[in-house]
Amino acid sequence: MTTTPIADRTTAVAARATDLSKIYGQGETQVVALDRVSVAFRQAEFTAIMGPSGSGKSTLMHCVAGLDTFSSGSVRIGDTELGSLKDKQLTKLRRDKIGFIFQAFNLLPTLTALENITLPMDIAGRKPDQQWLDTVIRMVGLADRLSHRPSQLSGGQQQRVAVARALAAKPDIIFGDEPTGNLDSRSGAEVLGFLRNSVRELQQTVVMVTHDPVAAAYADRVVFLADGRIVDEVYGPTADSVLDRMKQFDAKGRTS
Amino acid sequence: MFRTALRNVLAHKARLLMTVLAVMLGVAFVSGTLVFTNTISDAYQNSSAKGFDQVDVAVGAKYQEDKGDTLGKTPDLTRALLDQSAAVPGAASAIGVVNGFTAIADKDDKLIGGGFQSQGGNYWGDKDPRYPLKSGSAPHGKGEVAIDSETARRAGYKVGDTVRLSVDGPVLNPKISGIFTTDDGNVAAGGSLALFDTATAQKLFGKPGTYDEIDVKAKAGTSQSELKAALDEALPKGLTVATTGKELADDQARAIASSMSGLRQGLLVFAGIALFVGTFIIANTFTMLVAQRTKELALLRAVGASRRQVTRSVLIEAFVVGTAAGVTGLVAGVGIGAGLRSLMGTLGATVPDGPLVITPSTVAAALAVGIVITMLAAWLPGRRAAKIPPVAAMSSVHAQATTRSLVLRNTIGALFSAAGVAVVLAATTMSGSDGQAPMGLGAVLLIIGVFILTPLLSRPLIAATAPALRAFGVSGKLARQNSVRNPRRTAATASALMIGLTLITGMTVMAGSLQKSIDKMASAAVRADYVVSMANGNELSADVGEKLAATKGVTATSPLRNAPSRIDGETEYLTGVNGAAIGRLTDLKVDNGTFEVGGDKVVVDANTAKTHGWKAGSAFTVGFEDGKKQRLTVAGVYEGNELIRGIMLDLTTLAPHQKAADAADMQVMVKTSDGASGAAKDRLEKALGDNPAIKVQSKQDLSDDIAKMFTLMLNMLYGLLAMAVIVAVLGVINTLAMSVFERSQEIGMLRAIGLDRTGIKRMVRLESLVISLFGGVLGIGLGVFFGWAAGELIGTKMPTYELVLPWARMTVFLLLAATVGILAALWPARRAARLNMLTAIKSE
Repeated sequence: MTTTPIADRTTAVAARATDLSKIYGQGETQVVALDRVSVAFRQAEFTAIMGPSGSGKSTLMHCVAGLDTFSSGSVRIGDTELGSLKDKQLTKLRRDKIGFIFQAFNLLPTLTALENITLPMDIAGRKPDQQWLDTVIRMVGLADRLSHRPSQLSGGQQQRVAVARALAAKPDIIFGDEPTGNLDSRSGAEVLGFLRNSVRELQQTVVMVTHDPVAAAYADRVVFLADGRIVDEVYGPTADSVLDRMKQFDAKGRTS
Repeated sequence: MFRTALRNVLAHKARLLMTVLAVMLGVAFVSGTLVFTNTISDAYQNSSAKGFDQVDVAVGAKYQEDKGDTLGKTPDLTRALLDQSAAVPGAASAIGVVNGFTAIADKDDKLIGGGFQSQGGNYWGDKDPRYPLKSGSAPHGKGEVAIDSETARRAGYKVGDTVRLSVDGPVLNPKISGIFTTDDGNVAAGGSLALFDTATAQKLFGKPGTYDEIDVKAKAGTSQSELKAALDEALPKGLTVATTGKELADDQARAIASSMSGLRQGLLVFAGIALFVGTFIIANTFTMLVAQRTKELALLRAVGASRRQVTRSVLIEAFVVGTAAGVTGLVAGVGIGAGLRSLMGTLGATVPDGPLVITPSTVAAALAVGIVITMLAAWLPGRRAAKIPPVAAMSSVHAQATTRSLVLRNTIGALFSAAGVAVVLAATTMSGSDGQAPMGLGAVLLIIGVFILTPLLSRPLIAATAPALRAFGVSGKLARQNSVRNPRRTAATASALMIGLTLITGMTVMAGSLQKSIDKMASAAVRADYVVSMANGNELSADVGEKLAATKGVTATSPLRNAPSRIDGETEYLTGVNGAAIGRLTDLKVDNGTFEVGGDKVVVDANTAKTHGWKAGSAFTVGFEDGKKQRLTVAGVYEGNELIRGIMLDLTTLAPHQKAADAADMQVMVKTSDGASGAAKDRLEKALGDNPAIKVQSKQDLSDDIAKMFTLMLNMLYGLLAMAVIVAVLGVINTLAMSVFERSQEIGMLRAIGLDRTGIKRMVRLESLVISLFGGVLGIGLGVFFGWAAGELIGTKMPTYELVLPWARMTVFLLLAATVGILAALWPARRAARLNMLTAIKSE
């Protein structure tokens, strides 16, 4: 359990991007994917990043999560500046500080559910914190499925394994890339429920990229991206309010 | 469909390159063998045809058959017969040919050539049409010799130099009077030829006044067959045979062709092994290509392509790959052929010059092998491709390898293996040659059985590596699990390596055991310190034994002198020994009677005794070479071996019946007062005039010689089998590359959640290592089994045979398998580590 005082929790920042730019190509064919984006993800907060296709929402997440390099600006996870890190250090950072949930579940078919959950600790050569592990497993309701292989689990169950994997290592921050994209609405709702619970009950920090307003409504805060820039921000969103915002962008996009 | 197939070939260049390489190696070896053997045999045939230019008809002596207790003999070709031949109508001239063995030493006193092609002969008169002089003049008398230009060039001799040579013992130091050129096939093949004047040659080769052959040249306008008819008419009936030059050339050509066909078949067997291994890789590659393209092929089916068209598109792809492999293989093969020829040159065997022969059949064979093998190997994957349902195009699930039950496969495999083991075991109980065919059959069955069973075997064997892999943490664990993920693929990859290692190990076990047993055989029964023999296995003249006996420090000597005789209407070889000394020089087990040789007392080996029904005390009549007969008594029966066997009688009993020139000592055994030592050996060699053609060997030298022979043989086999291993490496690379490709999403995820590049690389390398070691263990296991089984067969013929397991070598082979694994993983591991994480984790 984290021992961060409650007072600090609202102000402490888990990850922060400052003037972050990502430019592909050069000269005529230059494409600006991120244009001086500054954003902070506070601890124990559930943030959704939204935006139309090509808005740069995935790129933003990849850069902040240390999966991709950026052209200029700075990214900090906790106190660590990512821009100066070599691949090896970045990998270590991802291993120890970051959790991931992918759209395509990305479990190893050769490992059991439990082995998949403890994989990040296995990689680090650490023993999992058994008490914490039990808490996580209980939360996602996988206690009776631990010895199953991914191929014996439904899509929803697989994604719950992935959520447990992300939580099990007690990362500073969890990034989700369309975590409900491959799930039916019921399973999706379950997974989102777990993520929200992990923030509420376990003080986990979660950042999720999505294009689904219903999914975004589970977050504490929604950041809207368009053309590589942050264009809006909503706290305490509902599916309807998010959908309205989206429609506005679409209309703007059409008229401009 | 053709265009689609072609596009596919181009789209998977790297992967298909491996396949092309695998087939190409096999094809190159096949065509290289054909080019090489064709070239060599053509060159030999041309040179031998030229060698018979000067001969229109050759007259030889006709052997008179053995009758009753009288040995047959060869009539002498005398001067009178020569003159008679020269006088027949149509004959222009006649030359008397004398042949023998003559070893020439180079300036460092080393024998030129291997000793097997060291020839001597006569130079006819002052100008022998057979041997045009390049420089100098014809040899005259005992002090002069003419040598061939090739030998002169190699040893750096010129006219006027003194050269050391030896005919059957004593060293001669004649002066080189002339250097001649010759088309003689043996000289072309790296031998030497020394010519003396006719009288000297006749004396040296022990046939004064006679010739080995009379070569008759026809007058212009007289054909070879007319001359032959005239000679048949004129010469005494029944004593001579006349053969035309053309027949001689044809005979020799046939002999060359048949000796080449053995070599060719041997090399083709190895090419076949490489190709066989190659088919696994091709089948593997196409299976993977098809699996990878499931969606694409399903789409083709969905838009209306028939099953047959899908199969055909895969086969067309195979055809293109096979053709490419065939063509490049042919080109590489021509290179190999040329390379082999020059390699033979550097190994000391000079090959006659001649153009590189690339026959249409070579080209056809190369292309056919490449195309047929590739298409056959692609056939099953092609059929599988056709079975992909059109609906697969719609499903988003990446088609995984079939998880069809292995039950049927395992049952068949178990049956084959059991049958194979049973037949091999049954064969080991048979004797010698009877067991060969069943053993071969059993071996083939067992190998096929193990092939089929490899997927089943992979699980327990690879699971056994778990403790070792645990040391590598999560990479090791993942590697182990990945390697059993697709048992069929792992099996096919490991099998490719298995075959090579089975053969290598089997050969090594057999060779090691054989070497040990021959070694034992050669030295077990010998008490002598030294064995003296001719370098080429020819006979020693009688005075070698005499000289050795007179050398200081020598306490006992005995020759082993071979002499034919007639006993009970059969030809039997006698061994003449020094009866007084032989007991001290040999250590033969006596079955019954006493080991006593002298006067009419002889000893007989158990086998000969059994054939004739003799035991100690039996008496028999022997017919000697000179036609005289004598009654001999068996004093004892001893246990013979490959080197010492037969009827041993005292030299004093044998010698009176032999002409001095016929006294043929195969070996002389020597015992010295101070045992085998460098000084003693020097003294013996010095006593023989430091003759380059004579070997003085201690037991240790003999062992070393035998070991050297086996090492050379094994190294050649290793070289040839390396092909199969190289092909197997390509197979492992291919499999790994494919696995990395298929698992790119997983690898991307592992990278994302924190496995660094080193970890990824280690994972791929360990997988490769595990698969290779799996193949290696299977191969070595099978090899040892086959080596043991073959040994059981050999053991029935060779009492000293015992199984020797070459642990050191086997460890080396296992390390070799490991190296194969690590080398093969270099590129795939790099690729895996460099995989773009973001594209890899992105869902489709």
